[in-house]
Amino acid sequence: MKIVILGAGQVGRTAAHHLSREEANEVTVVDVDEEILRDLQDRLDIRTVAGNASYPTVLEAAGAPEADIIVALTNSDEVNMMACEVAFTLFRTPTKIARIRSAEYTSRPQLFGEEALSVDVFISPEQLVTEYVERLIRYPGALQVLEFADGKVRLVGVRALKGGLLVGHCLRELPQHLRKLDSRVVAIYRKGRSISPEGDTVIEDGDEVFFLAASNDIRRVMNEMRKQDDPVKRIVIAGGGNIGFRLAKALERTNQVKLIERDPRRARKVSELLEHAIVLNGDAADEELLIEENIDSADVFAAMTNSEEANILSAMLAKRLGAHKVMALINKPSYTELMESGSIDVAISPQTITIGSLLAHVRRGDVVRVHSLRRGAAEALEAIVHGDAQSSRVVGKTVAQIELPEGTLIGAIVRGEEVIMAHHDTLVQADDHVILFLSDRRHLEAVEKLFLRASR
Amino acid sequence: MLGVAHVLGLVLAIFGVAYLLPIGCSIVVGDGLWPQFLLGAAINSGAGLLIALATLKFRRELKARDGFLLVTLVWVLMSAFATIPLMLALPRLSFTRAFFETMSGLTTTGSTVLTGLDTLPPSLNLWRHSLHWFGGLGIIVMALAVLPLLGVGGMQLYKAEAPGPIKDEKLAPRITETAKSLWFVYATITGAAIISLRICGMSWFDAICHSFSVVGLGGFSTHDASIAYFNSPAIEFVLVILMFIASLNFARHFIALRRMSLQTYTRDPECKAIFLILAASVIVIAILLTWHGIYPSFITSLRHSAFNVVSMATTTGFVTQDYSTWPVFAPIWMLFLSCIVCSTGSTGGGIKMFRTLLLARQAGRELKLLVHPSAMASVRIGGRVIPDRVADAVLGFIFLYFMTVALLTFALLLSGLDFDSAFSAIVAGINNTAHGLGTVGPVRNYHSLTQFQTWICTVAMLLGRLEIFSVIVLFTPAFWRK
Repeated sequence: MKIVILGAGQVGRTAAHHLSREEANEVTVVDVDEEILRDLQDRLDIRTVAGNASYPTVLEAAGAPEADIIVALTNSDEVNMMACEVAFTLFRTPTKIARIRSAEYTSRPQLFGEEALSVDVFISPEQLVTEYVERLIRYPGALQVLEFADGKVRLVGVRALKGGLLVGHCLRELPQHLRKLDSRVVAIYRKGRSISPEGDTVIEDGDEVFFLAASNDIRRVMNEMRKQDDPVKRIVIAGGGNIGFRLAKALERTNQVKLIERDPRRARKVSELLEHAIVLNGDAADEELLIEENIDSADVFAAMTNSEEANILSAMLAKRLGAHKVMALINKPSYTELMESGSIDVAISPQTITIGSLLAHVRRGDVVRVHSLRRGAAEALEAIVHGDAQSSRVVGKTVAQIELPEGTLIGAIVRGEEVIMAHHDTLVQADDHVILFLSDRRHLEAVEKLFLRASR
Repeated sequence: MLGVAHVLGLVLAIFGVAYLLPIGCSIVVGDGLWPQFLLGAAINSGAGLLIALATLKFRRELKARDGFLLVTLVWVLMSAFATIPLMLALPRLSFTRAFFETMSGLTTTGSTVLTGLDTLPPSLNLWRHSLHWFGGLGIIVMALAVLPLLGVGGMQLYKAEAPGPIKDEKLAPRITETAKSLWFVYATITGAAIISLRICGMSWFDAICHSFSVVGLGGFSTHDASIAYFNSPAIEFVLVILMFIASLNFARHFIALRRMSLQTYTRDPECKAIFLILAASVIVIAILLTWHGIYPSFITSLRHSAFNVVSMATTTGFVTQDYSTWPVFAPIWMLFLSCIVCSTGSTGGGIKMFRTLLLARQAGRELKLLVHPSAMASVRIGGRVIPDRVADAVLGFIFLYFMTVALLTFALLLSGLDFDSAFSAIVAGINNTAHGLGTVGPVRNYHSLTQFQTWICTVAMLLGRLEIFSVIVLFTPAFWRK
C-alpha cells in the first residue's frame, strides 16, 4: 500500500515506523523540517519530502497521485483538513485520515464527508485519551482497558495480586470459579516476559494478565485476579488543558473531581465550564496545595498536563503523599517503560493510543480495530469475517482448524449481540467479529491476509 | 563486523550469476573457456555462501558506518574474484595486472593492460565488458534490487556507493523499488544501444560488448584500435549520443520515461550545463584542429573532435584518433573536462557537474559577500537552495580529491614515471577515464607500467569510483572505535 504521512511529529514518526516495518507498505513522510526528515530517513526505509503539507506541488512530489492513503498529522488542524481537501480534489486519493484536535471541529461531524470536507476519518487524540483514562478509572485496578465490537467485548490488562481468587491456581480452574460467565485469558506477562497461557499455567502474584470478557462481566473476572478494589470516588486531575478538562467533564457527575490548573485565566475559564468539579488554581507539584486538598484520601491522581516531566514528578509526589493510585500522561516510550515498573501505577501514552486507532484504518482485509498492548510489543485486533466456505479461509471452520501464525490466538467471537469465548471447537461463521491476540506483531500481515476478502 | 560479513557473503554469492553470461557465450562460440568461468563462478558463489552461512547468526540491520566497509569490501573482493577466469585463461597474466584489469572493468575506467584484444577469446572479452555493465550503475544498486533483506541498511549502502553529493532523493519510498527502477532504465537504454549499434553495422557480439561499455561509461573495446577499428561515422555518431545519455542522471531518465516528456532534462541545471559545456568544447576544439590544419576539412575536424572530446569528457575512454598529437590545449582541456562533466547519478566518474556548479555558486557568494558584507546570500542551484551542510561536504570532497591526485601523482613520480604520464594516469584513474597522456596515452595502454605503478593506478580507480570518502573513512581511527 502506498501511504503518505503528513507531519513528522511524535505520532507521525511513530506511524511511519510502524507502517514501514511491513514489507508491503511504501511510506512517504512530508514535513517542513528538513533536519527531522534527514534523521528519519537514516533510520527508516522511507522517502521524505520537505515542504508545506497542504501545497499541491509538495503533495504531488510526495506521490499523492498514486497514494492509497493520506494521513494528515501536522500540528495544525487547518493544514490537516486542507491537505485532505487538496489531495481529494486534485488527486482523488481514496482514503484520507486527519488528526483534528479542536473540539470546535470534531463536535460537528456533518463538517466531514461527501458534501463537505474530504476527510474520511478524523482522529482526535484528546478525545481518545480522555475515553481511555475514563475507562481506566471506571475499572479500578486495570492497567489497560480496550474495547471491541462497539464495546460489547473488552480486553483488560490487570496486575494479579494476592487475594485474587485465582491467584495461585491454574487457568483450568477459571470456568469453575466463574460458573455461568465466560472469559478467556489471552496473555500473561511475568517479570516483563511473555508466557503463553495454557490450562496448567498457574497465575502468580505480580503477573500482568490480559483477559477478554463481555463488558458486563469485567468486574467479576477482575475479582479473580486481585481483591476487589473499591470503586473510585475522589479524583484529582492535574492540568486543565484539553484532556484534563474533558476528563473532568466526563467524570464530574459520578465522582468527586478536583482539577488543578496553573494558569489563572485558564482555571477561571474551566471553572465556568464545569458544574460540579472543584477547580483549583495552583501548581500540581506544590506539596502544600496537595496536602491541603487531602491528597491522601484521593483514589486516583491523574497528571494530564502537556509536560511529561511535570506529569511524572507530580504523580510521584502525589503517590508519596498518599494518593491511592496515580496515572501520568507520558509521551516518550522509554519513560513509560521506566515509570510503570516503579513509582507510577499507570503510564498513559497518548501516542500509542492514537497510533492504535490510526493503524486500524490503514489495515487491509476486514480488520476494523487494532490495539497495541504493552507499548506495542503485542497487538489485539478485531476482524470481520466475510464470504462463505469457498471464498473465505475461515468460514465454516472451527477455531482449531484455522491456520494461525505462531503466537496468535482467537480469543472471542461476537455474533450479533452475542459474545462467545472461543474454544477449539467453536465454529466461525460469516459476519462474525473475531477478536484475536498476537504476541508478536510481525505476524500481523499474515493475520490480515487470512481475513482478506477473496478476490472475485 | 560479522553482521557486515553476512551481507557481504550474500552479495558475493549472488554475483556468481554474472558468470552465466560468459559461460553461455563460450558455449555458443565454442572457445572452450566455459570450465574456467564455471570454476570462477563456483569459487565466487561458494566463498560468498560460506561466509554468509558462517555468519548467519550475526545477521542484523546495517548501521550507517557498516555501509562504507561493506561497499569497499564488495568492490575489492568482486574485482579479486573476477580475476579468476582471466588468470586461468591467460596463464602469463600476473595477479597485479589481472586485478588492475577487473578493477578497471568494474569501476568503468576502461584502462587495459591486455594487448591483442582482437584475438582474445570472445568469452573473455564479454566478461571484461560485462564487468563494465555491472559496475556502471553499481554492484550494490544491483544487489539492492534483488536482495530485499537489506531494508533500512540498504539506504546506507546506496549512499556509500552512489555518486554525487545529494543522495537522499529516492525514486520510490522503498530503496528496493528505487534500485529496481534504476536498473529498469539502465537495461532499457542498454537494449536500445545494442540494437542501434547493430543497425549501424557492428556484429551482434561487438554491439553487445560496446553497449555494455558505453552505457556504463567504461571504455573497454574488443579491438586494440578501439572505435577507430570500425571507421564509421554512423557508429561514432550513435556512440556520442549514447555517451551523452549515460553521462546524465539515471533518475532523470526514469522520470522522463515514466512521464514520456523531456521536461525533466530541460529543468535540470546539471543537464543544461553538461550539454552547453560539451557543445562549446567540441566546436572550439574542432575550430582549433582546422586552424592548425590537422584534418583537411572542418567537417572531419568536427567528427573527430565530437567523438574524442565527448568520450573523454564523459569519462568513457573510447578513441578514434591519437589526440595526444593535437595542439596541447586540446588534450589537457579534455582531461580537465573529464574531472567535471558527468552528472550526479550517472555512470561516469569525476567531481560531478553538481559539485562543480555548487562550487562556482559558492565562490560567487563569497565574492558577493566581499562587496556586501552583511548580505544574506544562499547558494542556489536551479532555483533550489542548497543547505550549507552539503556545501561543506563538497568543499571537503574537493580537498580530498585534489590531495589524492597530488599524492598519488607523487607516488608515481617517485617510481620514476615522467610527469605527463604520472599526472594524467592518476587523473584518468580517479575520474575513471581510460586514457591519460604520454606512455598511457590514447594509442598506448597500461602494459608498460611496473607492478608498483599498476597498484597505484588501481587504488586511484577505486577511490574515484567510490568517491574517496567511502574508502578513506575506513582508515580513520574514529571509524573503528566502538
